[in-house]
Amino acid sequence: MYRIGIDVGGTNTDAVIMDGEKLVLGVKSPTTEDVTSGIVSSLAKVLEESGIKAGQIGAVMIGTTHFTNAVVERRKMSKTAAVRLCLPAAECLPPMVDWPDDIRETVGGHYWLAKGGNEFDGREISALDEDELRGIADEIGKQGIDSIAICSVFSPVNSEMEDKARTVLAERLPQANFTLSSEIGRLGILERENAAIMNASLRQLSAETVKAFSAALASAGLSCPCYITQNDGTLMSADFVRAYPVLTFASGPTNSMRGASFLTGEQVAVVVDVGGTSTDVGAIIKGFPRQASTSVDIGGVRTNFRMPDVFSIALGGGSIVQPDDPITVGPKSVGFRIHTEGKLFGGNTLTTSDVAVGLGIADFGDPAPARALGEDRLNAIRDVIDEMILNAVERMRVSPDKIPVLAVGGGSILVRDHIGELPVIKPENFAVANAVGAAIGQISGEVDRIFSLEKISREEALEDARKEATQKAIAAGAKPDSIEVLDQEDVPLAYLPGSATRIRLKVVGDLDG
Amino acid sequence: MTVKPIKIIEKSDMADIALGGAFLGTGGGGDPYIGKLMAERAIEEHGPVRVLDIDEMDDDALIIPVAMMGAPTVMLEKLPKGTEAANALGALEAYLGQKADAIFCIEAGGLNSTIPVAVAAAAKLPIIDGDGMGRAFPELQMVSMTMEGMKATPMVMADDKGNSIVINAVDNLATEKFARVATIEMGGAALIALYPMTGRDAKKGILRGSMSLIKSIGRIIESEQKANRNPVDALASELNGLRLFEGRVQDVDRRTEGGFARGSCQLRGLGADEGDSITLEFQNEFLLARRADGQPLAMTPDLICLLDLETGQPITTEQIRYGFRVIVFGLPSDPKWRSKNGLELVGPKYFGYELDYQPIETLNGRA
Repeated sequence: MYRIGIDVGGTNTDAVIMDGEKLVLGVKSPTTEDVTSGIVSSLAKVLEESGIKAGQIGAVMIGTTHFTNAVVERRKMSKTAAVRLCLPAAECLPPMVDWPDDIRETVGGHYWLAKGGNEFDGREISALDEDELRGIADEIGKQGIDSIAICSVFSPVNSEMEDKARTVLAERLPQANFTLSSEIGRLGILERENAAIMNASLRQLSAETVKAFSAALASAGLSCPCYITQNDGTLMSADFVRAYPVLTFASGPTNSMRGASFLTGEQVAVVVDVGGTSTDVGAIIKGFPRQASTSVDIGGVRTNFRMPDVFSIALGGGSIVQPDDPITVGPKSVGFRIHTEGKLFGGNTLTTSDVAVGLGIADFGDPAPARALGEDRLNAIRDVIDEMILNAVERMRVSPDKIPVLAVGGGSILVRDHIGELPVIKPENFAVANAVGAAIGQISGEVDRIFSLEKISREEALEDARKEATQKAIAAGAKPDSIEVLDQEDVPLAYLPGSATRIRLKVVGDLDG
Repeated sequence: MTVKPIKIIEKSDMADIALGGAFLGTGGGGDPYIGKLMAERAIEEHGPVRVLDIDEMDDDALIIPVAMMGAPTVMLEKLPKGTEAANALGALEAYLGQKADAIFCIEAGGLNSTIPVAVAAAAKLPIIDGDGMGRAFPELQMVSMTMEGMKATPMVMADDKGNSIVINAVDNLATEKFARVATIEMGGAALIALYPMTGRDAKKGILRGSMSLIKSIGRIIESEQKANRNPVDALASELNGLRLFEGRVQDVDRRTEGGFARGSCQLRGLGADEGDSITLEFQNEFLLARRADGQPLAMTPDLICLLDLETGQPITTEQIRYGFRVIVFGLPSDPKWRSKNGLELVGPKYFGYELDYQPIETLNGRA
């Protein structure tokens, strides 16, 4: 069976067909306002050009920035109720306390604090009060809110209270959808609660989007399962995305890095994705992006998602070049207007693409305007570009070894065959790396919680974590014998006597079937 | 040092204070973010906080430091109720039979750089421009007041449930031991009021100007970042600091000993330091930097700060990972810490390093 990978980007919707480990074909279509018709035409094109029949497709994997964009643009987010189980603790900073005003207003800013929550060692802060929760349910009902986020203190360690609260609230609010923070985030209550609230506010949009994806597949004659990629390069079923849309945040850079790794066969590398306006530089280890450890802002809201560690610089194929000393490249770019504003296309603006064409390293448009600057000047400009890329690559380099740099994206013509001492590899299908990354997604399972080492050893705790993560991966659809540990980290908890350690462990496996 | 004294802390000052607090955390003390939000809300509700020089206080005035004790990781998950510190303060006042005239910050680094501002705003009390450490240290006896023979007790600890306990101990190390155990029962983190002191004692016991220093450091980092410059050069010239090493994290080794996160991290040189490598030793905070041949570059109580090579953002010991590109930045400690008493409390030997203290200026050929 074949697989189709789709990347729904801001400008283009790319589609690729994969035959096992082999890329058969890739196509590009413009992204449309309704998203669906762009996917439909992309699917139609890739099936037609490859001559492969719809019945031969075993699965479709979609990468989308739809939900990230909704948050960034404050669109299509539902009114949401945040319920925090914490009293008497945690009153000092209410939910959404550090959100920008406009996004807090978009989701309504409604919150309730209730008894409940756990201490770090599992003791209850206070017992759950069902009557209190029923009262809250009635107030939520009066506000006409259908999306509810529940966040209990130390729920990554013990999620029972969140489960119980959902049951009680659902009795009074049968039509509501619920997001439990323990299912999404890790320790750090404000960040985890933020993610849960954003997720709840996107549930309606995700239901519509998943429906649109299914409709697109159906109209292309596809009846195979559909998966959506999440930010760690692994797949979620369409049902899962309906419940957890926030997990798609930042899946774009992840897919491009994974795709670059796949297309070149390199497992440890720095990936340089050069677009029209900016260049994203990230690192891959074992074929997966290295994760950021600090908090990541999404639309101004602080989260602690598993995001790839990406360093962006304002350098792209459309970056504006100022050729007199001191030479500057970017940060301004003509972006997609290069076809009218770039000198190589008869416009008035000197861009990095002009320089590339002038130097003969790329062949499109008119090289004459750039050549008028003289070869010495063009080389001096290229040195500036090289320096920008070198600095970004050195920053993200993950190993002292001479690991390769993988250059992808439409603007990667700007990248030379060496960056400093590191060799550069440009895969043949560099322009559709994103969709390839979606097509090769794997299934993951993750554990992140505090383990007490009073009674068990560190090794036993890691083994417990591995088993728990493996079960999660199998439940999500991974082939049991393909599962391996992708990442593990343990940080002993500071400033406390006794031994406790926080273990983060992730396993991945191939999609079953 | 050209630090301009601050007279008031407004809501808009808290971002700088949190950034400066993260820097003086020297890798430990927890992320000041939660404390910053608490202070911003308290100032919004109760108005800005006045900052007083200790010389403005009467000799008989009562000054009470407040702080959080325990694991910052816990407090980032179980946020305070918000009244704990006021309860600790109130209980200590009741025990002493006297109202506080000013709040004091015991630790200028990490979470404890911001929490006292929130308490001062809510209590409508001024905060003294000073602290007890000039940085972050892991234990409560490690303050300049201990050197002057001042006692940490009576001390009050309070939790979110309304519990509070008073500790009276024979010395400050014993106070640390008792209080550390009580933090567990209180859920891993507690708010404390301790070292009650008169204006007279505070004038000789505290380190001066710390709030102004934090603010000024935060201001420098923020404005240099805004100008797309690494703040290191500006920090070096403004604070008489030293750029000790530039490198990439090669390895991080963490272990728990006695309830503290100990460990070390290897850096391989970049740029001018290419070819060299150094090791940073930490126990929550960075305590020792030495070259591959064992030659130290800086040691406690001098400040060792790890900053992101590109942005100058302070990096905590919990955040360090393989591949980070960093600058190791050193600052001379307050001269009080370099006395015999000071080194007994926080010198390299207290932390288990068999080294005689040598000032950072000597080690780096500046003196």
